[in-house]
Amino acid sequence: MAKVPVQFTLNGSEKAEFIDSGTTLLNVLRDKIGDTSPKGGCHQGTCGACSVIIDGELRLSCLTLAETCNGATITTTSGLAEGGVLHPLQRAFLDTFATQCGFCTPGMIMAAKVLLDHTPDPSREDVVEALSGNICRCTGYEPIIQAVLTAARANSQNAA
Amino acid sequence: MALALQTFATVKDANTALKSAGTRYLGGGTLVVRAANEGDVSVSGLVRSTDPALSAIEVSGGKVRIGASVTMARIARHPELGSLAMAARAVGGPAVRNMATVGGNLFAPAPYGDFALALLALDATVNTDEGQTPIETFLAGRDDSRAIVTSVSFTKADSLRFLKVSRVKPKGISVLSIAVVLEQAADGTVSSARIALGCMADRPVRAKAAEKALLGKTLGQDGIAAALAAAGEGTAPITDPIASAWYRAEVLPVHLGRLLLG
Ligand SMILES: Cc1cc2nc3c(=O)[nH]c(=O)nc-3n(C[C@H](O)[C@H](O)[C@H](O)COP(=O)(O)OP(=O)(O)OC[C@H]3O[C@@H](n4cnc5c(N)ncnc54)[C@H](O)[C@@H]3O)c2cc1C
Ligand code: FES
Ligand code: FES
Repeated sequence: MAKVPVQFTLNGSEKAEFIDSGTTLLNVLRDKIGDTSPKGGCHQGTCGACSVIIDGELRLSCLTLAETCNGATITTTSGLAEGGVLHPLQRAFLDTFATQCGFCTPGMIMAAKVLLDHTPDPSREDVVEALSGNICRCTGYEPIIQAVLTAARANSQNAA
Repeated sequence: MALALQTFATVKDANTALKSAGTRYLGGGTLVVRAANEGDVSVSGLVRSTDPALSAIEVSGGKVRIGASVTMARIARHPELGSLAMAARAVGGPAVRNMATVGGNLFAPAPYGDFALALLALDATVNTDEGQTPIETFLAGRDDSRAIVTSVSFTKADSLRFLKVSRVKPKGISVLSIAVVLEQAADGTVSSARIALGCMADRPVRAKAAEKALLGKTLGQDGIAAALAAAGEGTAPITDPIASAWYRAEVLPVHLGRLLLG
């Protein structure tokens, strides 16, 4: 089958690829571009490990066809650190032991980033709601919720 | 096997492309791409249209028209859609809501279809290029429906009540869902009732016997008793890992009662 072109901005840099029509964004990111931060947990929309941010919205890359992202701006967890300095969410996840096996972490961080971008001072309830599409089999969620609240506080202190 | 995707600027061209065997329309993809990932090879081609009319929400006077490509997230944050936003918020988690469309929800098999349920209680009209169909007729015949749904339209009803019962909160698959639109006369008696049930069949259905039993009654324990007794009439609840048909049938009157009295 003829390949189709896709181009989008990934973590600030332009990407252009020829792909098989119908390939999911998750597969293009991981197998073509080599960004393995989004994880393929279920490929069914249920685990959230593949979450990425497309044009400011949280999406599941396993259910998104790459061709529908032409011209889009995509952020993944691997694009968050700046010049070797971790993003406040990444820092908080480490500091509060919100990462065990780490498989859910990039998806959790994407969901949390969208929340903090819109709601810089979230309540615990806001955090639970924002993470409700992401499954973690290790931590029991509490450390993750604390990490997001910690990152929000760190952001507001930096802004003050 | 790969799914070939074809994108068209107009609904007309997309409808033509959908005529070939093995093709399906692509909404948000939360069901159709999921099925492909799971190994469903019955679909070999996907078709979509980027016509901006499919993404429009129009509210004017008491009338609402929502384009088929509008997502649950957009409805949930729309300031003028009132309790309908509750039904949109009941669908999946945040990422699913950013993808799941109105058009796709009309085709979602139980336990899904929470939004279509609210549209059924609102007695919405489903619009395609071929014409307009009342949602009840549309849902009953959806397995044979080939034309792209362009929008749904309905008269706004602030009295819409919606309840989704799930075990996991805030996001969980439905044990059952109920949407009700009631009109009451000046003396408080029910003058018209539409009750839609989710998970009580393979798709959203109306509880016609319960609706009839509510007419002329007041919304109190005694007034609703006959409606609750008739709530399950004609239903065929699904059995899935969330609940058995038996359980769903048992708890339906309890939850309907709470929604009517709440
Ligand atoms: C993790 C997860 C949780 C979910 N939770 C819920 C939930 O709580 N409640 C719920 O109701 N649903 C839920 N769903 C199911 C689903 O996301 C929704 O029902 C959604 O609205 C489907 O819309 P879509 O645009 O993604 O459909 P798609 O997958 O794009 O399409 C589904 C079907 O509808 C057809 N179709 C789509 N649009 C049109 C159109 N305009 N014209 C003609 N045919 C069309 C497609 O051809 C396909 O057959 C969940 C799904 C996942 C993955
Ligand atoms: S891999 Fe996409 S939700 Fe699990
Ligand atoms: S840390 Fe292992 S799944 Fe969350």
